[in-house]
Amino acid sequence: MLGIEDGWVVLVYLLCIMSTILCLVWGIIKWNVDDPVQEPDEEIRHWAEEEDRVESEL
Amino acid sequence: MNHIWMIIIFVAYLCIIGYLGFRGYRATKSATDYMLAGRKVHPYVMAMSYGATFISTSAIVGFGGAAGVYGMGLLWLTFLNIFLGIFIAFWIFGGRTRRMGLRLDAHTFPELMGRRFQSRFIQGASALIIFLFVPLYASSVLIGAVKYIASQMSMDYNAALLVFSAIIALYVIMGGIKGVMYTDALQGTIMLFGMLVLLIFTYSKLGGVVQAHQSLTDLADMVPKSLQEKGHQGWTSMPEFGGPLWWTLVSTIIMGVGIGVLAQPQLAVRYMTVKSGKELNRAIPIGGVFIMMMTGVAFIVGALSNVYFNNTVGKVALVASQGDVEAIIPMYVQSAMPGWFSVLFMLTLVSAAMSTLSSQFHVMGTSLGRDLVEESLGRKKGGSGMLATRIGVLSGILVAVYLSYLMEIKLGKKGIEIVARGTSIFFGLCACAFLPMYVGALWSRAITKAGAIAGMMSGFFASLFWIVFVEEKAATALMICEKIFGTPSLGIRIMADGTKVFSKTGPFIWSFVDPLLIGLPIAIVVTLVVSRFTKKTSGEHLDLCLGTK
Repeated sequence: MLGIEDGWVVLVYLLCIMSTILCLVWGIIKWNVDDPVQEPDEEIRHWAEEEDRVESEL
Repeated sequence: MNHIWMIIIFVAYLCIIGYLGFRGYRATKSATDYMLAGRKVHPYVMAMSYGATFISTSAIVGFGGAAGVYGMGLLWLTFLNIFLGIFIAFWIFGGRTRRMGLRLDAHTFPELMGRRFQSRFIQGASALIIFLFVPLYASSVLIGAVKYIASQMSMDYNAALLVFSAIIALYVIMGGIKGVMYTDALQGTIMLFGMLVLLIFTYSKLGGVVQAHQSLTDLADMVPKSLQEKGHQGWTSMPEFGGPLWWTLVSTIIMGVGIGVLAQPQLAVRYMTVKSGKELNRAIPIGGVFIMMMTGVAFIVGALSNVYFNNTVGKVALVASQGDVEAIIPMYVQSAMPGWFSVLFMLTLVSAAMSTLSSQFHVMGTSLGRDLVEESLGRKKGGSGMLATRIGVLSGILVAVYLSYLMEIKLGKKGIEIVARGTSIFFGLCACAFLPMYVGALWSRAITKAGAIAGMMSGFFASLFWIVFVEEKAATALMICEKIFGTPSLGIRIMADGTKVFSKTGPFIWSFVDPLLIGLPIAIVVTLVVSRFTKKTSGEHLDLCLGTK
C-alpha cells in the first residue's frame, strides 16, 4: 500500500496524517473554549508582575 | 548560488530579525501587559510563534539524517510527537500546569515542582539536572545548524561553528532570549514554507508519492552489509524485531524522544506563560500541523534521499555522505534542490535553531539564577540571582559550543547519529527524572515529598548509570566503563579473538536498550512505594495546588 512494503510503516504514515487531522478538528471545535476554572485577576496580576521580574534578569 | 549572495541574504535576514525583535519587544513590553491589559495578538502571529518554538534543527537535520539511515520507521516518532507531545500534552497537561503555576506563583519547572512538594531540594536538584544537561541538547541543535551552514558555504565545520555561535551570542544580547513573538512568527513562517517546498519538490522529483515510496522499497538490496547484519530490512520496513537496530530505533530514537517530550521543562514553562486556556486549545492544531510539516517532512525526505542518491551517484545516502549522518539532509538539499531553495532552507534551519536555542538558554539561565541561587540557596537580595541568571546563560552558550566542537571531533563521520542521540539522551533523562513526579504533582494527592524526591533521584541515577556503563554507543564514547571494568560496556564481553559478544535476556540486548526503559519504570515504582510509606502532604496545601478548596 502507498508503495510501502511493511504494514507497520503504512500504519504510522496514516497515523501521522490522522493525528494531524485530529489536532486540526480539535482546534476548530475548541478555538474559543476557555478553561472552565478561572483564576482570580489578583492572582494573575501577581504572577505577571513576578514574571516580568524574572524576564528582566535575562 | 553564489556565496556572496548567500551572505547578503543571510545578513539581511539577521537585520530583519533584529528589527522585529526591537519592535516586538516594544509591542509586548511585559507579561503584565500581555496577560492583563487585554492586548490582542494576531492569531497568525501567535500560531507561527508557537510553531517555531516546537521544532529545532536537531529534528530536521539530525533526525532527518537518521531517517536516511533507518528509513520511514522513524515516522513513529512524528506520530508520538503529534499525539503525545502536542495533543495529550496541551490537552491533558497544559491546563493543569498553567493553573497550578498561577496558584503557586511558579515561573519555572523546578519552581513548580519545588512548591508543589514543598521542597527546596526538589527545586534545586531539578534545576541542577536541567542546567547540566540542557547544554547537551543545545549542542545537538547547534551541530544541526552548523553542519548545514558549513556545507552550503563550503566552510570548515569549526569556522562555521565560530561564526554561528557569535550570531547566537549577539541574538541573545539583543534580547532574542525573551522569545519575542514577531521574531518567532517570522521564523515559523519561513520554516513552514521551506519544509512545504522541500516535500513537494522531493515527491514530484521522484515521480509522485506512491512511485517515490515504491522506488525506496525497491532499494532494499542496497542496504549496507553492516546495517543488514544489525537487522536493517530496507527503508520502508521496520528493522528486524529484537535486533540491535530495532532496539536503537524503537527504544532510543522513538520512545526516548517520543515519551521524553512530555516532561520537557521548557514546554512546561510555555503552558504557564499563555494568557488563558483558550491559547492552549489553539496551540493544538498549530502544533500538530507544525510537527507534521517539520519532522514528518524531514523523515520522509531523509528516507527518500536514498532514492535520489542512488539515481544520481549510485550510492545510498549514508555511503554518499561518507558516514556523516548529519550531512545527508544538507547534501540532499544542495544537490537535489534549486539554488534559491538552499538559501531558503538555510534560513529555515537558522530560524529553527535560534528559536529553540533561545528557549534552552532561557531555561538554563532561570535554573541557575532563580531556582538554584535565589530559591534553593536562599540568596534573593543583592542581585546575586540576576548575576547567576546571566552566568547561567553565558556558561550554557559556552558549554554548548564546546560540546559541539568536541562531539564532531570524537564522533563525526562514524555513521553515528550524534544529534539524534544527544537529543534523545536529554529527553530520556528528563522523562526518568521528572515524568513520574510531574504526573503525580498534577493529578495525585498520594505522592509525597519523599516519594517525589526518591523517584526523581532513582530515575535520574538509574538512567545515568545506564548511559555511562551499559548503553553501547554512549558508554563506548565516554570510556569510563572501559577504564574501570576494562570493557566498553557492561553489556558487552570482548572475547580472546577480539570479537564482541552482547549480553541478551530474551529479546533484550542490554547494551542496545535505551536508559529510558530502565530509568522510567524504576522511577515510577520508587515514587509509588516511597509515597506509600512516608508522611502525606497536608490537605490544605493539596487543595491550594489542585484547586480543590
